[in-house]
This record gives sequence, structure tokens and C-alpha cells, in this order.
Amino acid sequence: MQPDAFFRRRRIQSALFFLAMVAMTYGGMVLTQFDLVQGLSVIPRAFAWGIANFVPDERAWARLPRILEKLQETVLIAVASSTIASIFGLGLALLGANTTRPHPWFSLPARAIASIFRNIDVSVWALILLFSFGQSGFTGFFALFFVTFGFITRVMVETIDEVGIEPVEALRATGAGYTAIISQSVIPACLPQLISWVLYMIETNIRSATLVGILTGTGIGFLFDLYFKNFSYGSASLVVLATVAVVLLIETVSNYIRRTIL
Amino acid sequence: MSLLELDQVTKRYGAETLALDSITFSVQPGEFVAIIGPSGAGKSTLLRSINRLIDITSGDIRFDGVSVPQLRGQALRHHRTQIGMIFQHYNLVNRLSVIENVLHGRLGYKNTLQGMLGLYSEQEKREAVRILETLGLSEQMYKRCDQLSGGQKQRVGIARALVQQPKMLLCDEPIASLDPSSAKVIMDTLQEINRSTGITVLVNLHQVDVALHYAERIIGVNRGRVIYDGPPHALSNAQIYQIYGSEAGELILDLKERYAA
Repeated sequence: MQPDAFFRRRRIQSALFFLAMVAMTYGGMVLTQFDLVQGLSVIPRAFAWGIANFVPDERAWARLPRILEKLQETVLIAVASSTIASIFGLGLALLGANTTRPHPWFSLPARAIASIFRNIDVSVWALILLFSFGQSGFTGFFALFFVTFGFITRVMVETIDEVGIEPVEALRATGAGYTAIISQSVIPACLPQLISWVLYMIETNIRSATLVGILTGTGIGFLFDLYFKNFSYGSASLVVLATVAVVLLIETVSNYIRRTIL
Repeated sequence: MSLLELDQVTKRYGAETLALDSITFSVQPGEFVAIIGPSGAGKSTLLRSINRLIDITSGDIRFDGVSVPQLRGQALRHHRTQIGMIFQHYNLVNRLSVIENVLHGRLGYKNTLQGMLGLYSEQEKREAVRILETLGLSEQMYKRCDQLSGGQKQRVGIARALVQQPKMLLCDEPIASLDPSSAKVIMDTLQEINRSTGITVLVNLHQVDVALHYAERIIGVNRGRVIYDGPPHALSNAQIYQIYGSEAGELILDLKERYAA
């Protein structure tokens, strides 16, 4: 093929692709009756309204103790579910990883279980569990638990396999038993990554817990939902600000821990 | 009585690959034996079949009068405690200290709880320290293994094997990742251990010159078969050719002439 012909074809491909994008965007706008001009012009007003209502008022500050109490509850549930799920996740990861599985048959089921738990979103878990546990802290706890469990299993399977079979092989050669090999070689080798991932899940789960709370009517999410639907926007925004402050605080702490252990 | 006897040992991977093909030889207590051969000849498989990191397909391996292929559970663990193993890539837990890695050599003697918690006796710790001192690692004792040089790591590997108080050492390419001077230190150490304690040493090497220099006996392996089994001085150039195939032949013959000179 001549270079000219090659580049002409390239140009035609690009043009067609661009046209297809324009057509899809326009088609979408027509179908949903979206008016671009109106959409853009409303943005400044939306900001003005948001800022006017976002500043916490007197009433909101009076509610601060209650907000902090609920926030504490939410954070503790997130921490508890993350850490307990991580223990179970590590257990399943040890069964699933190539270097530590007791038998090759364990790998696929372990990875499949992890995949199912991880790929169902935390909000979906919350809705499913709402049927079992109703509007209680348990619903949120288990929703976060399941997602963390799946996630930690998945990443620890990879971490264990990355750390490698070499020390495991060496300990097997000394006659060490399975539990000794795991506790003396695999866990020490994976510990920094494990702690790092658990901290990451705690951070993520505190954020998710807010959303889960809205869905399940518990914790800080419930308060936000309540204030918002009562038009107490100042109080709702204080909930948001308090949550952001806690999330930043937790992130700072966990980054400090990470730096220290790695 | 022989310490180790291999009888028609065969290992098959799948239907096609024959890693070990009817290997028969025996090793007397206190011998220093080098197994030489090209990469993929089955040297590693051979060593790993002795402490059952690999299960053989057929044949028999007897160590100290005990048939190895049938061992299960506690008996297998006991068998492994009597054989120390040294690896090309040291196989240490890099995040742990030197002394912790050395004490791993005692895990074969522990029950589940002791092993899980890493409970070592006063005596075991003293022994580990003593071995580290003899290997010149007393300064490094509390350092993390990832701070050590390759030669030091391999000495930690040797210490971990010695603390088992083994009857035999299996060394799988112990100097393949080391520079020449560290390699010499490691080979001298292995020879010294063999001479002073009488521990049998079985070492896989791909450096023929090193094998000829240190070993009392050479076993040449190619494609899973023993091509040569005898003293180093009786190993002819033609036999080295046969072990390594024609390609590597010239280079190796060169090495042998230099060694002989």
C-alpha cells in the first residue's frame, strides 16, 4: 500500500469516528430533550444557591453533638467491618494463592467467591441486606464487610503470589508445617502490603458508609438524609463538612502509619 | 551403609517430558558430590526429589534406610529436618532479620502452636548465634536480610540449613547468582563444613571448573540421565562433551585445561 493511500484511509477513519461521536451526542440530547444552553446557563445559579445554603447556620451548630455521635458510630462500623473482613479475606487469600493453597482445586473457588463479593457494589449489597437485617447498623456493617472481604481476598492473592514461592519452598524444605510456613514466612513478607490495603479499605469504607447510611437509614448517612429532606440545608452541609474532616483526618493518620511501616 | 540411595528414579511431567530417567546412584556419609549438567538437565528436579519438594513418578529413594517416596505427614517432616537445603536465590524472608531467618531452620522440629508463634528455646537461639559467628555474620545478626549482599544472604541460607543439624546438605546452584569472590567464599564454606562436621554435601553446579576443584565425586547429568559418575580426575573431555552437548563443549574444555594447568 502506498503511504498516501495509508494516510488518506487514516484521515477518513478519524473523520468517521468524529462524526459518529457527534451523531451519538446529538441523538442523545434529542432523545432526552436536553437543552444545552439552558443546562449551561443554570450552572452559575446553582452555585449561588448552593453557597447561600451551604453555610451551616445556628440550628446546625446546635446539632453538632448529635452529628458527631452518629459520625463516630459510622466510623467505628466502617473500621470494624474493614478489619474483621480483612482477617477473613486474608484467610481465603491464603487458600486461593498459588503458593499457599492446600490443593490446586482451592484456587478457582476462592477467586470466584472473591470476585462475586467484590464486583457487587456496596450500595447493591446494602439494598440486598436490607431485606435480611432491616434498617439497622448490621446492614451497613455487612454491606461493607462483603465488599472489603472480596477486595482484600483479591489483592492479597496477588500479593502472596508476588512475594513468591521461594521462602515458602525453603521453609517446606526444613520440615516446617503449613501453619508455621504461613505465620513465619508468608505473613511477615506480605505484612506491609496487608496493612496498607486494610488502611485503604478503612478510608474507602468510611466514605462508602455515608452512602450506605442514606440507603439503610443508619449512621451519618441517615442524618444527612433527614436534614436534607427537612430542608435543613445548613445542618446537612455540616454533616458533609464533618464527614470530610474525618475522612481527611483518617487519611492523614493512615498515610503516617504507611510511611512508618514501609 | 549408604546415606542416600537412588534406585531407578524417574520423574515425568505430563506424558511427554521426562525430567529424570531411571537415575541410580548412592552417596556415602561424608561425601562431597557435585552434580553437573546443562540447564534443564534435571539437576534441580533431582535434588528436590530427595527432600520430596517434588514427588517422583517411579523408582525409590532411600535416605538413612528410610524409603522417601512413601513418607507422609509427620514422618515426611522428620525426613526433611535431616536434610538442609541451600538455594540459588537464597530463599530468605527478606523483611525479617538474619537471626529470625536462621531460626526458621528449627521449624521442622516444632509442633503447630510453637511453629505458628515462632517459639524457639534458649538453646536453639544460642546455637543459631554460634553458627552465625562461625560464618562471620555476627555483625549482621539483627539486620534485615534485604540489607545484605548476595554472598552474605547465601551464608544466612547456609546457617539456616546448619541449624537444622542435618545429615546432608542439598545445594541447588548455590553460587549461580554470586560474583566470583563471594562464590569462592561460599564453596570454601561448604567444603569446610563437609570436612569438619562430616555432613554430606550434594551440590548442583553448572560451573565445571568449580565442580572439578571442590568435589570428590562428579555426577554428570544430561536430559535426566546419569552420563558420568566418578572422581573428577577421571572425567574425560569427551565425557564433558557428552554431558554438555557439543555447543558448550569448547568453552568448557578450555576451562578444564586451565584448571589442570
